Amino acid sequence: MTSASREKKERGWFKEEFGNPERRMAYYMVLPAVLIIVVIAFFPVLYGVVLSFTDSTVTAFGSFVGLENYVEMFQDPDFLVGLSNTVIFTVVSVTLEFIFGLGIALAVNRAFRGRGLVRAAILVPWAFPTVISAVMWRLMFQPGIGIFQYVAQSIGIISGPVLSDPTLLLIAAILIDVWKTTPFMALLLLAGLQVIPGEVYEAARVDGANVYQRFFRITLPLLKGAILVAVLFRTLDAYRIYDLFYAFGAKELQSLSTYVYEGVRISQLQFGPGNAAAVFIFVTAFLIALFFIKVLGMRTSTEE
Amino acid sequence: MASATAAGKGTGRRSLNMVLFYVFVAIFVFVSVFPLLWVFKMSIVTKTELFATPPTILPQDLSGDSWSTVLGDSTFQRALINSSIISGVTTVICLFFGSIAAYAIARMRFRFKGTVMTLILAISFFPGVAIIAPLFIQFTAVGIIDTYAAVIITDTVFALPLTIWLLVAFFRELPVDLEDAAKVDGATTIQAFRKVIVPLAAPGVFTTAILTFIFAWNEFLFANTFLFDESTQPVTVVIPNFATIYTVDYGSQAAASVVVTVPLVILVLIFQRRIVSGLTAGAVKG
Repeated sequence: MTSASREKKERGWFKEEFGNPERRMAYYMVLPAVLIIVVIAFFPVLYGVVLSFTDSTVTAFGSFVGLENYVEMFQDPDFLVGLSNTVIFTVVSVTLEFIFGLGIALAVNRAFRGRGLVRAAILVPWAFPTVISAVMWRLMFQPGIGIFQYVAQSIGIISGPVLSDPTLLLIAAILIDVWKTTPFMALLLLAGLQVIPGEVYEAARVDGANVYQRFFRITLPLLKGAILVAVLFRTLDAYRIYDLFYAFGAKELQSLSTYVYEGVRISQLQFGPGNAAAVFIFVTAFLIALFFIKVLGMRTSTEE
Repeated sequence: MASATAAGKGTGRRSLNMVLFYVFVAIFVFVSVFPLLWVFKMSIVTKTELFATPPTILPQDLSGDSWSTVLGDSTFQRALINSSIISGVTTVICLFFGSIAAYAIARMRFRFKGTVMTLILAISFFPGVAIIAPLFIQFTAVGIIDTYAAVIITDTVFALPLTIWLLVAFFRELPVDLEDAAKVDGATTIQAFRKVIVPLAAPGVFTTAILTFIFAWNEFLFANTFLFDESTQPVTVVIPNFATIYTVDYGSQAAASVVVTVPLVILVLIFQRRIVSGLTAGAVKG
């Protein structure tokens, strides 16, 4: 194809897209939403990347310092604790949520009396604002009055207060997250289970497949799409954990997000490395999503 | 005879399975609602009972002190109003821009539809914390730190994908014939949208509104970053601070948590069927 004809062809689709009043109308209709998203979310990301290479403060734009902020970030023990807490929290809580969520989804994937009650129970923890549930759980772990502190101490699982031990604090935070989001995971997986036609199972049963074969050969492969969507969604959500750590840990439990927050609102000295950490979170979250899409083969097409 | 015993054994095992199943369901329901019930109990007992060891299972000495402290707290009252304003305005803006965009995506043909949908989807996976520093600088420059606008703007951006996603799913379920009929009768695209689609889609739009409202009501990061002043802070920011104000008044902290959560729980229980279909619409199709 010559360059002239290619140009003509390109101008052709351009004319077809924007010359057609119906299509032009469609663009006008999506434009405001797209603009809002681009201006308020994507533009600041670029600005954040620029900031991370400068010695700016909240009030003054600084000069270019290369990778200094990143070096400082990786040498900061607070950042490293936040990173390890975030990774442990994400991996453990999403794994547990997936196992429990799948179990619940398989169990309630049938018609039974009281189904509405279960659905309502599923939605209750989901509807809680995360910070408020963190406050509630903190009350239940409070030494002297907390039911869970009392029970755990009486049966001898722990010897001291949960709220003053960083490891126990992280374990408790994982359990709270599992309590809050397992039902949601179950809901998404249940929706996936309900579109698997019953005849597939009938056929397998007639062919003599046992319950394990049916699970591993039929349910899991057919549920793969729903599993990937639910797990990716939860992984990225857990990875940016902020409110639970902030309120339940009363600022003593570090995550990547609380580290960035400190740089912006609490410690001026941490603004530079905080910006570097913000870029770090963005890039790594993007890589996680890419991994799900490219390596695990998650479908992202939204067209019917 | 033999077949009868076999059948009898079958029923026996099935009823045992049923019992186990309902035990499982009961445990699940109990675990889900336990924290709310327990914290409610903490809020209605006297201080002595609150600190009793071992803790009482059922409340015995009732007291309204915690509730009157919280409900009489002017910061808390202000925070409830702030939360309602922020969530309400966010919902209205999201529905306005979201329904227009969702209609175009669900119903009209255009070349960059895939790109637009990917862009919108990308936001729901986007870590909000990545942009708080740049936004803080820009909002300071514009002078909207400590105003509702700062939080409404950021909440809108992060709720909009949810709004559009849900509305696209709802709009796609509506019959196309009706619009075509309206257009044959001489209606423009906008008229078809306003007179035919909007009324038909009302239940879906309503569900979307509830979910968007809950999203904004529960938002914490942006509010905690951009709002320093109690006059504009929503409940999500004020309640964790109660822990420092009412240091050992755990009863009041409990009462405040219940006040904020119960309306959402009631909303969810009333509209559970619709909310579940809304929440799973994207996941199944995606």
